[in-house]
Order: sequence, then C-alpha cells, then structure tokens
Amino acid sequence: MDAVFSGRIWKLPDDVDTDTIIPGRYGVLPSAEEMSRHCLEPLRPELAAAARPGDIFVAGKNFGCGSSREFAPACIAALGVRCIVAKSFARIFYRNGINNGMLLIETDDLYDRCEEGDLLTVEVNRCLKVNGQVIPIRQIPDNLFEIIKAGGLVPRYRALNEAAEAAEAIQKEVH
Amino acid sequence: MGYTMAEKILMKNTGLSHLAPGDLIMTRPDMCMVHDIYTPFVVQKLDEMKFRRLADPEKAVIFLDHLCPTNQATGDPRHYHKGHELSDRFGIRKLHAGEGISHTLMHEYRYALPGTVVVATDSHTPTYGGGGCFCTGIGYTEMAATLGSGEMWMKVPEAIRITVEGELPAGVYAKDIVLQVLKDLRSDGGTYKSLEYVGSTIDALDMSGRYTIANMSLEAGCKTALFAADQKTADYFDLPLEEIAWIHPDPDAHYVRELHYRAEELVPYLSCPQGVDNVHSIEEVQGTPLNEVYIGSCTNGSLEDMAVAARILQGHHVAPYLKLIIIPASIGIYRQCMRFGYIRTFVEAGAMVAHPCCGLCCGQPYGLMSDGEVVLGTNNRNFIGRMGTTKSLIYLSSPATAAASALTGVITDPRTMTAD
Repeated sequence: MDAVFSGRIWKLPDDVDTDTIIPGRYGVLPSAEEMSRHCLEPLRPELAAAARPGDIFVAGKNFGCGSSREFAPACIAALGVRCIVAKSFARIFYRNGINNGMLLIETDDLYDRCEEGDLLTVEVNRCLKVNGQVIPIRQIPDNLFEIIKAGGLVPRYRALNEAAEAAEAIQKEVH
Repeated sequence: MGYTMAEKILMKNTGLSHLAPGDLIMTRPDMCMVHDIYTPFVVQKLDEMKFRRLADPEKAVIFLDHLCPTNQATGDPRHYHKGHELSDRFGIRKLHAGEGISHTLMHEYRYALPGTVVVATDSHTPTYGGGGCFCTGIGYTEMAATLGSGEMWMKVPEAIRITVEGELPAGVYAKDIVLQVLKDLRSDGGTYKSLEYVGSTIDALDMSGRYTIANMSLEAGCKTALFAADQKTADYFDLPLEEIAWIHPDPDAHYVRELHYRAEELVPYLSCPQGVDNVHSIEEVQGTPLNEVYIGSCTNGSLEDMAVAARILQGHHVAPYLKLIIIPASIGIYRQCMRFGYIRTFVEAGAMVAHPCCGLCCGQPYGLMSDGEVVLGTNNRNFIGRMGTTKSLIYLSSPATAAASALTGVITDPRTMTAD
C-alpha cells in the first residue's frame, strides 16, 4: 500500500454486520481466500466475483458490527480490498481490521458525495479526492501506517525481527 | 479547551501537546499484564512474530490466578507451564502464582501507578483507573506485539462524566453507585469511552471503593474508567501528591454525555438474572431464596469489603442449607483478615473461607451451581452459565447485601442490619 493510491468505490449501507461480511457457515473454510468468495454474499451476491484488487469500500455507520470474528476483515483483505472509508466502525472490527493490515478511515463527509463505481484517491494523512472534491482526513502515526502497509501486526513484527536476525548474522560473520 | 483525564494521561504518555477523541496515537504502555488463561497464546504469538526478547521485561508481569489451583488435570497445568516458560525465556521477573487476583495485585504491588498507561489480557483491566491509571484490556496477539515492540496504537476515547454528590446512606456502598450507573448506561452505553467519576461522594470514597466502581464500569463497555488523584491516592501509592495532582479533568473538558446522582437517593441494588444491566432495587427482589452466597472477586474482595461482611456476620450463623464462600482477593488481604479476626468471624458464622484467587466468579474451581439453583455474588458478571449450568441464576450485589442475605437465606436489605 502506497501513501497515495486510487481505487474504484463499492458503496455499502449502515450497520453491515460481520455475519453479512462472511456468514458463519463459511467460517469452516480453510483459508481467508476461500472465504472471500462469499464475502458480503447476503447483501451483494455479485460483489465477491466482481471486486478487483485495489477497490475501496465506502460504508455508512457502524461497519463491522456483530461478532468479534477476526476473519471478517481478513476475508475483505483477501479480495484485495485494503481500504474502507466509513462514517464509523464497530469497535472490535476496527481493532481487528487495522491489526490485519487494513487502512480504515472514519469520516462523515464522503458518503453523500460519491457514487458506486467512482474513482477515489486516498492520500494517507492528507485527504480523500473524488469527483473534484477534496475531503480532509485525520493523521495516523507513521509506525501505525507501517503496520498497515506490512499487512498487520504479525507480518510487520515478523519481518522486522527476521531483518534484525539477518543483520546480526552478518555482524557475526564480519567479526 | 480543556482535557479529560483520559486525554491528559495519553498526552503525557505520548508526549503529544494536543490530541482529541478519534485521533489514532501510538502509546508506550508502562506495564503489560498477562494472566494464566492467555499465557500459552502469548508465547505462541511471540514465536510467530519471531520476537526473541521483549522491549522491556521490567514492564511485564505474569499472574497465575484464574486456574488456581488447577481445576482440570488435562488442560490447566499447561497454562502454568507456559507462564513459567514466558518468564524464563523472555526474562520476566515479575511472576506471581497463588498470591491472589491479578487486578487486585496490580495496584497492591504498585504495578498500575497513577498517570501511567497499562494494558492487560483481561476485560476487567479498567480496575486500576480507581488509582488514576489509564488501563484497558487487549487480546493476546496485541499483547505479544506490545511486549515485543513496546508500542501499542490506540484511538483517543470520547468521555462520559459521572458526578455523584452528597453522603451515601448507611448500608449503601460503592457497588450500589456503579450498579445504578449500569442501570442507566446499560451494557453498551459506555462503549469505547472513558468514564470519569467526580463529585463529593467520589472524593469521600476510600481507594477500595474507587477500584470497585472502576472494575465494574467495564460492564458498560468502557475503554477505561478514571478517578482523579488526591491525598488518598498519594497515601496509597506512597507518592508525593504534587507528583500526581495533575490527574484530574479540566473544568472545561468536553464530555459526550453527563450523568448526575445524589448519594442520598441511592439504595442497595442488585444485577438480576441474566444481565449486568438488569438492575433492580432491593425492594423489588428482597425475599428471593438463595442456595449460595459468594463474597470476594476483583470487584469486592478488598479488606474494606471483608470488614463490612465481618461486621454483619459477627456473632451470627448462616441460614440452614445455604453455602457461604468467602475469598479475600489477595494473600495480603487474607493476612490482614487474620490479624483483625475476620477469618475467625467468618468460620464461626459457618462460612467456607478459600485461598485468594478468582474463585467461582470465572466458573473455577469450586462452588458451581446446578439447574434452578440461585447464587448471590459480589463479583461483576452474571452472564448465563458463568457460575454453573446455563439454568442456574446469578444475582450481584454489594458485600453488605450479600452478607445480610447469607444470614437469612433470602435476598435481604442490609440497611436492616447495619443500623448501628
């Protein structure tokens, strides 16, 4: 994920719950990739097949409400959708989403100013741009953006620690 | 514009000169606590992330309290072994086994200090806010990342101010204040918020009362629950007041909601089956027959709580067929109870006094209820099946209401027994 990127908008309503994002019966599928083929099936059965990597969800309030299932954000990410702009997010989805490497942006100012299919440009820490309009967004700390870019907490710290180990090994060879 | 207590503590932790609700910030927690339920998973996640050492092992503490002593021979001992492994491999010197409940020990051992940020793998972590500490519960993946990196991101919470003024009537305690708050906020009314308690009644509460309220505020979904630091806080932590006097809300801080109470209007309350926010006054439920009474937990297992129970039980005996289980929350409290003669009072009254641990609050390791049985506890949760089968019924109250009810065998108004 770059600091500036653009994607096609999928527009979703208020109160999209985690059972809508991935119905409980698909929770037994072996991977987030396989689950993602059923992502949002009850609400938009055509979405999973038509979504392309880099697409962006624009939702109403309380996105991701309901159960704490961590594979709700994971299966959206598996579609290649790594950014969601919503009026608000449910608390657990918000933490799970960011910790699984999604950029989640809260603003009331986008939803009524865009349509599905519009091209949205996200400038991290600056603004959203759509249809010639510029909407300011909040700052996020650099080290948090690094976690998101890396795909979440586990890949971020694993990569950091592997890099540190490799550097240590080289040091040892040198001495 | 002024700042809430939560904002002030987060500004101190991050070094930011301004922040506002909704901002994403990177904190550096001053203490991280893991208890025995999560020790295996924290070790696993540290390994997945390939952490070989922690950012600062002195900022980590492990407690073995939930599965203490073990209940299931097949699973529980592993949580102990993983706790020891976590300590040995990562150099965590603070490990406490069988000394009592983590949340009580966190402030007794001065691990959760006023004005600091503390995280723990447990929902009732907001407890330490009674001493002006910003503290919140997290999952085991985040705990591993925080232990390893020293950092954790947070969203600055909005705040609700709860003002209580006046003098509490005899027989009405801190627990009754927080039950009244839960009745009004309901189980989701505080979601992701900082609940900030102020007013003359709050100022007059001792530290144990403040910890009771902060602990149970979690049941309204809060991120943290905060009390200003005053002379009592300074004395409790043996700190100069001027070092911690900044922990109070600014008069012009912004709150998304305000609740106001007069202490004189409060009565004993109970959370009734089955939901913490299903709160009723004692008048509505008195006379309900009980099979068991439990006095203890991280909510109400303090020395002050034991003293209230001892005053009511002194010279009396529990009702026929009723089981009374009393568990001081820490070994320190247990020793004080021996010194003051409370243990003798409890035993002579027919109570079963157990070693310090989480006890039957978390469905471990004894005293569980069967279909149709009714328990009255001083703990914080009455979720279905939490203290026995799914058809057992759980009431929650103050230690005074619990002790009075243990003597009669039915839910009883403690004001009829504490008139002295």
